[in-house]
Amino acid sequence: MTTDTTLDPAMRARWEPVIGLEVHAQLRTETKLFCGCPTKFGAPPNTQVCPVCLGHPGVLPVLNRRAVELAVRMGLATGCVVREDSIFARKNYFYPDLPKNYQISQYDRPICEGGALTIEAGGRTHGIGITRIHLEEDAGKSKHPEQAGDHSTRIDLNRCGTPLIEIVSEPDLRSAAQAHAYLTALKQLLQYLEVCDGNMEEGSLRCDANVSVRRAGTTPFGTRTELKNLNSFRFVERAIDFEIERQIRRLEAGGAVVQQTLLWNPSLGETRVLRSKEDAHDYRYFPDPDLPPLRVSSEWIDRVRGELSELPAAKRARFERDYALSFLDAGVLTQTRALADYYEAVAAGEGVDAKSAANWIASELLGQLNKRGLAIDESPVSVGEMQSLMQRLGERKLNGKLGKMALEEMIESGATIETIVARHGWEIVADDASLQAMVDQVIAASPTQVAEYRAGKESIYRYFVGQVMKLSKGQADAVRVDELIARALRGEP
Amino acid sequence: MSAPVTPPATPPVTARALAHAVRSGELKAAAVVEASFARLSRVEPTLHAFLSLREDAARARADEIDRAVAAGRDPGPLAGVPIAVKDNIVDRGGSATCASKMLAPFVPTYDATVVERLRAAGAIVVGKANLDEFAMGSSTENSAFGPSLNPWDPTRVPGGSSGGSAVAVASGVTPVALGSDTGGSVRQPGSFCGLVALKPHYGHVSRYGLVAFASSLDQIGPFALDARDCALVFDVISGFDPMDSTSSPHECRIGPLALERPVAGMRLGVPRTWLTEGLDAEVVRVMDETECRFRDLGVDLVDVDLMPPRYAISTYYILANAEASSNLARFDGVRYGRRSAEARDLNSLYERSRGEGFGPEVKRRILMGTFVLSSGYYDAYYAKAQRVRALFKASFDATLNQVDAILMPTAPTPAFVLGEKTEDPLSMYLSDIFTISANLVQNPAVSFPAGASTGGLPIGMQLYGRSRDEATLLRLVAAHERNYDGAGSALAPGAPPTRAFA
Repeated sequence: MTTDTTLDPAMRARWEPVIGLEVHAQLRTETKLFCGCPTKFGAPPNTQVCPVCLGHPGVLPVLNRRAVELAVRMGLATGCVVREDSIFARKNYFYPDLPKNYQISQYDRPICEGGALTIEAGGRTHGIGITRIHLEEDAGKSKHPEQAGDHSTRIDLNRCGTPLIEIVSEPDLRSAAQAHAYLTALKQLLQYLEVCDGNMEEGSLRCDANVSVRRAGTTPFGTRTELKNLNSFRFVERAIDFEIERQIRRLEAGGAVVQQTLLWNPSLGETRVLRSKEDAHDYRYFPDPDLPPLRVSSEWIDRVRGELSELPAAKRARFERDYALSFLDAGVLTQTRALADYYEAVAAGEGVDAKSAANWIASELLGQLNKRGLAIDESPVSVGEMQSLMQRLGERKLNGKLGKMALEEMIESGATIETIVARHGWEIVADDASLQAMVDQVIAASPTQVAEYRAGKESIYRYFVGQVMKLSKGQADAVRVDELIARALRGEP
Repeated sequence: MSAPVTPPATPPVTARALAHAVRSGELKAAAVVEASFARLSRVEPTLHAFLSLREDAARARADEIDRAVAAGRDPGPLAGVPIAVKDNIVDRGGSATCASKMLAPFVPTYDATVVERLRAAGAIVVGKANLDEFAMGSSTENSAFGPSLNPWDPTRVPGGSSGGSAVAVASGVTPVALGSDTGGSVRQPGSFCGLVALKPHYGHVSRYGLVAFASSLDQIGPFALDARDCALVFDVISGFDPMDSTSSPHECRIGPLALERPVAGMRLGVPRTWLTEGLDAEVVRVMDETECRFRDLGVDLVDVDLMPPRYAISTYYILANAEASSNLARFDGVRYGRRSAEARDLNSLYERSRGEGFGPEVKRRILMGTFVLSSGYYDAYYAKAQRVRALFKASFDATLNQVDAILMPTAPTPAFVLGEKTEDPLSMYLSDIFTISANLVQNPAVSFPAGASTGGLPIGMQLYGRSRDEATLLRLVAAHERNYDGAGSALAPGAPPTRAFA
């Protein structure tokens, strides 16, 4: 961790950050953008290649229809206008992991333009403009072994030609936290739509940021820098904050921000200059003569629109309304489509209380899964088992405490709730005679606490409940115990 | 069945005659191939048509074809026909040097679509033909491996860039060949060597496996001794290819009967204003004679207006070089092809590999192309050239609404002497003045033998066709053949190349 000497808040308040993000998302297609090679991650180097993605002499690109559909899907979900005629262009630059020494991308006529994404940050929602979404092919990877005596560079071209969309935001973000929230919302949407798996570690989602600051209350933009290599959510926020402060310090000291491209170094927690404006590439964009204009008919667009699944914001609102959940709980349960689907399946069970199921899933189940690093679709507790647990709780055959123990054991062993209850002989003591006897015993053994309670220390009430539960080995019907204790303490028979 | 094993009659023999003899079992494909190689060994030391041969593969393929015929199977319409393929078209395990040191060490890992289709039709690739480096040139003098020479007069160039392919056919090594035509590279050598040479409509022949020079202009086209052979090869190599996104889905086969139909009543346009300056007097004479022969066939000749060809030259060199600068970027010494032994770091790897690998004309065009695409110049050059290209297209479309085809010379002169234009790139570029418009407008165009200079050099004339209409062009050429004495045609009995190398 770097120990940034924090900027004087007054100084910071004099400046307003202006941030725009460029996000590259790998599309979830089976094959590459312009050839039939697979896109699977992690194959041995240079095994998912063919003459086309290797840029051999004489090869030609043939566009992957599925990739177009996914780009259109993302465009529609963000309210973009989908162009019926878009153009692929060549972006020319020399790089060893770019076999043709040009990248097929889109330039002045991208497939989608002019959308927006709503984010939540600092307790408020903000609409962030999306300038454009365009299709392009990925490059390969250069690897530098950096062992003693080995100064070679190794090139893996497996990723070459993998389909990407680049999502360019308007410079509408005003803090690193907003940038983080934007990226979170974008990732959630990409995953919901099954457009991208959102895995930053594997490089399926990559982020560059354009950052500038201006005097608070003024409109002209300051000189911007571009931050590259922000390959985790944490880096995005830290790097942007670092850069904002660097620019403010510089301007406050009477200096100027230089337009340049910076590379974030996560281990040092700082940026270094990759190239300045003078060395900026002239990409010599021109329409790729190997690819005719991409025509997406209005019928095609309508079909993709029709197949669009419920978006996160709509689902959250529906959960609040239909299941009477809090805004917060609805948000947790709609984080991913898998979790929302799981919750809805459980809640649909007979005798399952939807609100209580929401609490159990959002806090208990997710907590347990997170502890073990499991995703919801890897949960050892099936929808049916979760329903069964919820039913037992609803019928007060289990109390909360036993329920939690049962759930943990279900996750740990994969056993059914029925097996677990039978194994432990968990049976809720619910007959008033036994419960009353236990309550009486506890009250009699705790004169000090009774006195304190009656003197007004109501919080000690939990003590009596705990004692009774202990006496029953956790098997007392908690709801009934509550009632009996309350009555006893009030001195009622 | 005892087929004769003697070589076929002294060239020239048409491809269809050979295929017919092989299919019917009269002639062994093996004997055809041996005759081709025998002819080759006689002419190649002088003419240098080939950069590499496929002797083992050709003999093996010939045996397969003979076995197929013996087993009663039909090996296809080009059964046993030897063919030369320009060495910028890839054949798996073979080569695609593009006559460049850059790709000399490169071995292709796949077959071009046209190579696959030729093979499926029974044709036998005997070797890869010489060209101007990366198809940039009009004489084959830009080949890094030395020029090919004109079999009609070996002090002269065969034309280019597909010069080696033209020489292979004109000298009787193969009855047909494939070239590529970006600005006239099939038609101009066709004219210089006395052949029928077709640039198909853009998109009719797949470019998959053709090493790209200028992607929006490149088309593979056949060389043949006459119109019928030309149509036969075109029908084999053309048609939709899912591997080429610019490939046309339209049916474009000509078929065997279309060329027999009469041409009386058809209309030919003559762009009189194009025929004023810089035109060799003998070319003017042959143009006049050709007009007369078409009139004799009952064809109407009318004067038409077209945009001046000088605009085509500048438009072409902006667009072609822009595309070339990007297409040739992949040759960098990193993954395949020539890598400089002197490279010390990444930049010197690029600079030295490309500096050593490319010849001067290729470098000149890459530089020009890079310049016209540069930031600040794009609109003035590339974007403007695209607009002019659209004007040319409109101009030709309008004219071709009035006439069935446009007649003009293929080149301003007959074959020129080696070295005559190498010091003056502009005069070399002007030898394509009549051909490049067809690439700009993408329509089909064909060069055909129409006469000879007093020195006995072939002079070809050219027809520009309507969109997608190769059939009408070859029908007109076939009709012309019926009304023509064969002067300057490599097919004519006792034509100079045949005599010279007999």
